[in-house]
This record gives sequence, structure tokens and C-alpha cells, in this order.
Amino acid sequence: MKLVNEAKMLIKENIRDYGMFIALFFIMIVFNLLTDGMFMSSRNISNMLDSAGYIAVLAVGMTLVIVIRHIDLSVGYIAGFLGAVSAILLMQYELSVFIVIPIILLLGILIGFFNGFLIAQLGIPAFVATLAGMLVFRGALLQVTAGTGTIIVQNDFFNAIGNGFIPSLAKINDLHLLTLLIGFVTILFFSYGEIKTRSDKKKYNFDVVSTGIFLLKMVFLSLIIGYITIILAGYNGFSWTVIIVLLVTMIYHFITSKTVLGRQIYAVGSNPEAAHLSGINVKKVTFMVMGSMSMLAALSGIMYTSRLQSATTTAGMLFELDAIAAAYVGGVSSAGGVGKVTGAIIGAIVMASLTNGMNLMGVGISYQYMIRGGVLAGAVIFDVMTRKRGK
Amino acid sequence: MAENILEMHNITKEFPGVKALDNVTFQVEKGEIHCLVGENGAGKSTLMKVLSGVYPYGEYEGDIVLDGKVQQFNTINDSERAGIAIIYQELALFPDLPVYENIYIGNEVKTGGIINWNQTIIKSKEMLKKVNLKVKPETLIKDLGVGKQQLIEIAKALSKDVQLLILDEPTAALNEDDSANLLELIKALKNQGITCIMITHKLKEVVTISDKVTVLRDGQTICTLDASKGEVNERTIIKHMVGRELSDIFPKRPENHFGETILELKDWSAYDQQLGRFVVKKADINLKKGEIIGLAGLMGSGRTELALSMFGNPRSYKLKGTLLLNNEEKNFRHTSDAIKEGIAYVTEDRKGNGLFLTQNITNNITAANLKGVSSKGILNSNEEVTVAESYKNSIHIKSSSIDQLVGKLSGGNQQKVSISKWLFSSPDILILDEPTRGIDVGAKFEIYTVMNELISRGMSIIMISSELGEILGMSDRIYVMAEGEIKGEVKAQEANQESIMELATQ
Repeated sequence: MKLVNEAKMLIKENIRDYGMFIALFFIMIVFNLLTDGMFMSSRNISNMLDSAGYIAVLAVGMTLVIVIRHIDLSVGYIAGFLGAVSAILLMQYELSVFIVIPIILLLGILIGFFNGFLIAQLGIPAFVATLAGMLVFRGALLQVTAGTGTIIVQNDFFNAIGNGFIPSLAKINDLHLLTLLIGFVTILFFSYGEIKTRSDKKKYNFDVVSTGIFLLKMVFLSLIIGYITIILAGYNGFSWTVIIVLLVTMIYHFITSKTVLGRQIYAVGSNPEAAHLSGINVKKVTFMVMGSMSMLAALSGIMYTSRLQSATTTAGMLFELDAIAAAYVGGVSSAGGVGKVTGAIIGAIVMASLTNGMNLMGVGISYQYMIRGGVLAGAVIFDVMTRKRGK
Repeated sequence: MAENILEMHNITKEFPGVKALDNVTFQVEKGEIHCLVGENGAGKSTLMKVLSGVYPYGEYEGDIVLDGKVQQFNTINDSERAGIAIIYQELALFPDLPVYENIYIGNEVKTGGIINWNQTIIKSKEMLKKVNLKVKPETLIKDLGVGKQQLIEIAKALSKDVQLLILDEPTAALNEDDSANLLELIKALKNQGITCIMITHKLKEVVTISDKVTVLRDGQTICTLDASKGEVNERTIIKHMVGRELSDIFPKRPENHFGETILELKDWSAYDQQLGRFVVKKADINLKKGEIIGLAGLMGSGRTELALSMFGNPRSYKLKGTLLLNNEEKNFRHTSDAIKEGIAYVTEDRKGNGLFLTQNITNNITAANLKGVSSKGILNSNEEVTVAESYKNSIHIKSSSIDQLVGKLSGGNQQKVSISKWLFSSPDILILDEPTRGIDVGAKFEIYTVMNELISRGMSIIMISSELGEILGMSDRIYVMAEGEIKGEVKAQEANQESIMELATQ
């Protein structure tokens, strides 16, 4: 009984952090029931995660942009444009994939610095500066594809990014071995991290949750990771897309939580004037965040082009709005200074689950838009309400 | 004897934890110019907000009697309808709209529900004539100087048939010509039968213009002086303004031995490009090792601006003059340069620009010196915790843990976090801007104790404060500022409240 009460308290106090996990959990169970288990099938989950990948990486960058109180509307067509450029470099200039990808990412960073220049140096509102960028890159995409129309990419390595799976090494009971191994290692790492944090906290005499709750939380999260791993191992294993998203998440999670730069980003978002008066270079932080955003847009463009195995004239349309929606569903606050990259990933999966689940159920596209709109509004209302109560 | 146009009886207004007005009585005769004076925080502005309905009926105790009738204002509109207009120091004009639209905004000249612009322009010309301002009604507000903008505000008030005009520090931002002009206008309005209440810090103006003066101190009416009885002079007013018993207790300080001069400003001026005027004018100050200097002055005297101008100039003033640090000329381009050279600035507005309210105590304390808790850009969270814990214990920050969000702490504890943040940057010079504003007596004493400890370790402190008791009790030397200038330098032992206030109200 004591355990239940403590769990209730914990959820109540951390409702902002746990809210979207709980929401995702419910969405998955509901869809699974409504589709007679089709939703949680190996094949479907694998497809759904792959289809969310190029939005998820954008949502990670967008979260940081929103944390520092800006917005970036240009990312969709930057992804579309740079995706097309990568196709051209691969097919027309016949450059190696290993040269093309760094070039594209670098171009993304440069474009982002230019956005940063407009916003931080010239003081143009981010909304307008990136809206202009959106128009420019839409035009640029049409220009580079003008002669050829859709560019088909015939490069197995490049196309594997959006469609391929990691090698399995061997199959055990028809399960993908390397995927199982990665999942197992992840659980180990995760458990080690949790235990270390807890013992550190104890060393400093901080309040920690009771052993019962701690174990419960560990077992629960391990089960979830384990379950997802087994589901994916039952199909083709982890796709390269999932691996890329995981890597991006891990790197960004590390930067935001463990580095000086990360702390500066949240300080600037929390109170730009206080940040300036604390000796933090607000302009530099803005440059870095905008640069990272466009680099991720470039990555997103590569992933999308690879997934379609071609660069199209309309690639990237509305990506920016999907990314913004995912970031908000993931708990970023419009007031600045609050929001986690892990939340952005969950937000992207929530939105992808909705689309996927409703497609399986055969819900009409008109209703799909309305429901997704409702979920987005609900997420922001939830954010505003919990923030009010916090005060 | 003329009748009273306004009587405020026994007004009491409380904010959580503070009694801003305590049984204030205030009477204004019809057709007089009545000045309201007092130190910062004496309750002048609060009293005027009660009168104008910013604090609606029911949020205060007491009665407002206007023309013999008890009034219950719920909004500013109610008080405007009753003929009261208030003009704040920060003007409420729309810079991108022309003069005539500004004068009649919220009070549009309409025929059948549709604005009649031609009529508006004709009427606004009349109003401009009344305030003696020769500009075209089509001029945009942003193209006018502050002095003329002030007159537009008055014209706006006149267009509403104002009976009682309240001016809050009308001459604070004006040069001498514009001030003289404005005072003339107020006299002219008096002859037209308009009653005027003026809040001001400049006692010379008070003496020349007022018929009566009411002095407020600590939320109470001290006295009302009558010019016709010869009671209005600077000396008397100052005596009543500052006549407070110094009740705060200051911790004893060991005998001080000052070292070398560590900081020196020579002929230091700062020009604010947005305001279009100098906020600091030719200041000369110096600070020795182990010394506390007090920077006294009234609101808007340029103390904060002076501090910011030497702390890496975050508001991008145009600077003139020299800043010497340990006899070396310095030119800071960013706050981070100033921090690197050992200067720290604890801001006046903790919540506005001092702290990160959505973050916890640890993150706030390390924010100004992230290098100190990281290597190669990667934070050492154990180190951070050690640092935060050590300040929590040594400065007595009362909180459940260092993980608590700073937004949820009390004012005194927030201030301690703010100070801890800067102590962790291990400065040589600590600038404290109103370090004890809005915090309770116990926390004040603790902060004074910390200050003494710091100077005994060789730190130097510049303390900006509006509380004369604190200035006199804590400083070794005192600089008094007014209108951006250093009006005088006094040794703390030789100074008293009157002598400082005399300099501050020049």
C-alpha cells in the first residue's frame, strides 16, 4: 500500500516528465485493442519507427530552438533542398557516399549559421527570418530539380539509411541476434546509469525514492526496452534509421544535460537578460542552436531522400510543422527554458503512432488531421495547466 | 477658505507581507499645486494608484472623497470619468501614431459610431494650443523629444476635461529648458482652474512651484506644509523625509585597512542611444581594496546605469572616459570580459534579470562560472553539487534541497542564491544593486554579515541602495548621484541622512 501511495505521489509531482510516456502507453494499448493486435506487430512497429525517423531528428533540433524562444520554419525545405543536392552529387557527379554526407551536413550547418546571423546579429524575428528561408529553399529545391524532375537514387549504401537494417550476425529462434545484443547492452547501460545516479545522490544525502519504487521503475523501463527490442528482433531487427535516431538522441541528450553549452542553452531560454549578465554569450548560443537545427535538417533530408530512394520536387513540405508539433507534444514550453530532447523523440513517436494507428483502422484523412490537431492542442493545454499549478 | 477637491481618508493598502500605505490622509484644495514627496518606497506611487483606480475599490481600506462625494473606482476608466488623469514617468504614448490620434485615443471623436478624423485634427489643434506646443497634429510621436511628448500627454488629459491632474516625476527625464517650460505650463493650468498633484524628487522645483507639500515616509503621512505660511523650504522638507529612526541593526565590523586603489573611473559618461540622453555624466569614482562604497541616490539617478556601464556594458551605451582596473586601462566588450577580470554584478531585479527561475539552485549558482565546474566543456555534476551545497550551508539558503527551483524560494533566499552565484565567480569587486530590497530583517542582517566577511578577505564592494540607513551603516565612503552625475562624495562617519538627501535632491 505504501508503495502505491509513493508511486502516486511520484507521478503527481513529475506529471510533466511522465505525462507523455503515459500518453504514449495509452495510445499504443488503445490502438492495439482496436486493431486486434495488428498495431503492436513487429512489422508495423518497425515501419512506424522508420516513418517517424526524419521528423524525430528535426524535432530534437526544434526543441532546442524553441527552448531559446525562437522558431525555425525553414527546416522542411532545407531538408528537401539538401536531399536533392545529395541525390545530384551522388548520381550526376558520382561522388562517394562518404564524401556526400559530410558535405551535406556541412552545408546544413552553414545555412543554420546564416539563419543565426539574421536572428542574433541583425535582430530579425526568427519567425520572419526563417519564413524567408522557407520560401528561398522551396525555390532552390524547384530550381535544382527543374531539369530532371524527380531524381532516382541508385546507390545501395545511401538507400540503406532509410530502408536497410543492421546485419543480424545470426538468428536465434528466428530472432535477430545483433538487435537482441544491442537491446541487452542498452538495458545494462541504463540500469548501471540509474544505480550510479542513485548512489551518488545518496552520497550527498539527497532524497531518493524508496528501494521498492526504484526497483519497480527499473524493471518497468527494462521491460519496455526489452519488449521493443524483441518486437523489432522478430522482424528485421533495428533499422539504420532507428540507430541514427538513437545516436542523435544520445548525443543531444549528452550535450544538453552534461555540457557547458547545454547549460548555456537552457540559461538563455530561461532568461536571456540574466544569461547575458552572467557572462553567457547569447549570440553565440543562438548561432550554435540554429546551426545544429539546420544540420539536423540536412540529416533529415538525407534520411527522407534515402527512404524514397529519390529526390522529389515537393520533398520537405510541412516537415517543419510536424517537427514543431512533435516538439510541443514532447513537452517543450513556449515560454522558453524548458523541454528535453528525449521528450521530442517521444512526441514524434506519439504523432507517428496516431497516423499509423488511424491508417490501420481506416480512419479518413480528414478526421486524422482533426484528431492530430486536437492532440497537439491538448498537449499545449496540459503544459500550460501544469505550469500554472506549479506556481 | 477654498474647498477641498480631494480628500483621501485613512487609506491603508497592504501587499503580501508589506503595509505599503498605513492610514494615509491626503487633502488637496481646489486649484492648487500640491507636491507629494518622499523617499523611494515611501508610498507615493501606491497612493496615486489607489486614487486612479489601478487598485480597485475593495483592495484598500479608507475613503476617497472627490468634490464631496465618496468614490468607488473599479478601473482607471472610472477615475477618468470623474475627472482624474494620471501621467506616469513612462509615457503611455504610441510612438508610431500621429499626435492627434494619440491625444484622442480611447476617447475618439465620433459621429454615429465612426471616427471623424477631420474633427479630431481640428480639436487636437485646440488642445495643442492649450499646452503651448507648436507642432503639427500629423507629426508622429517618435519624432518628438521627451519634453514635447510630456506635453502631448497633458494635452490628452485636457481633452478629457480633467479636473485633477496627477504628474509622476514629470521632469525626471527632461533637460532644464523643458523642465522650466513644463512648470510654467502647470502654473498656467492652475490659473485655468485645474488642480495638480505632482510627485517629484527635485526639491528646488517643489519650492518654486507648490502651494502645499505633503511628505510621506514609510507609508505614512508625516505632514502637510503650506507655502503661504512660509513652511515650504528644502531644509524642512528633507528633515521630514528622512526623519526616520535608524532601526536596522548592522553587524559590527573589524577595523578596516584599505589597500591599493583597485578600480577607478575617470570622466566616465554613458549615452543611452534608445533614450537619446546621457544616463551617466562625467563620473569620477574610485574604490580601494577591502572597501565598501555606497552609491546613494533616488530612483532614476543613474546608479544602475553606472554599474552596468562598467560591467561589460550589456545595454550597449556609448561610453566615454577611462576605466582603470589595478591601474590598467580596460575596455570590456562583453559581460564575460568583466567577469574574467574579477567584477561581479548582483542585479537589482532578481526575478527580471538576475535569476533563472525555471532552474534549480545548483544551476543558478554555477551559471556565471561554468568553467569552474567543468573540464573541456563537460560538466562535472558531482563538483556542481559540492559547490551548491557549500554555498547553501555557508550563506544559509533555506530550501528543501539544492534541487529546488529558484522560482519557488522566498525573496531573501533568492537574493542569497543570486549572491552565491557571483561569489562562485570569485570576484575582486562585487557590485550589489539594492541587495536587501524586499527581504525581511533577518535575511538583511545575514547579507550584511556576508558583506563584512567578504571585505575582510580583501574583496571590494560597491553597494547601490535607496535605503539611507543601509548606506550609512555599511559603507566606508558614499557617493551620491542625481541625474546621472556624482553630486558629492562623503565619508560615512561624517554623513547623515539629511546631508545625503540634500545632495540627492539637487
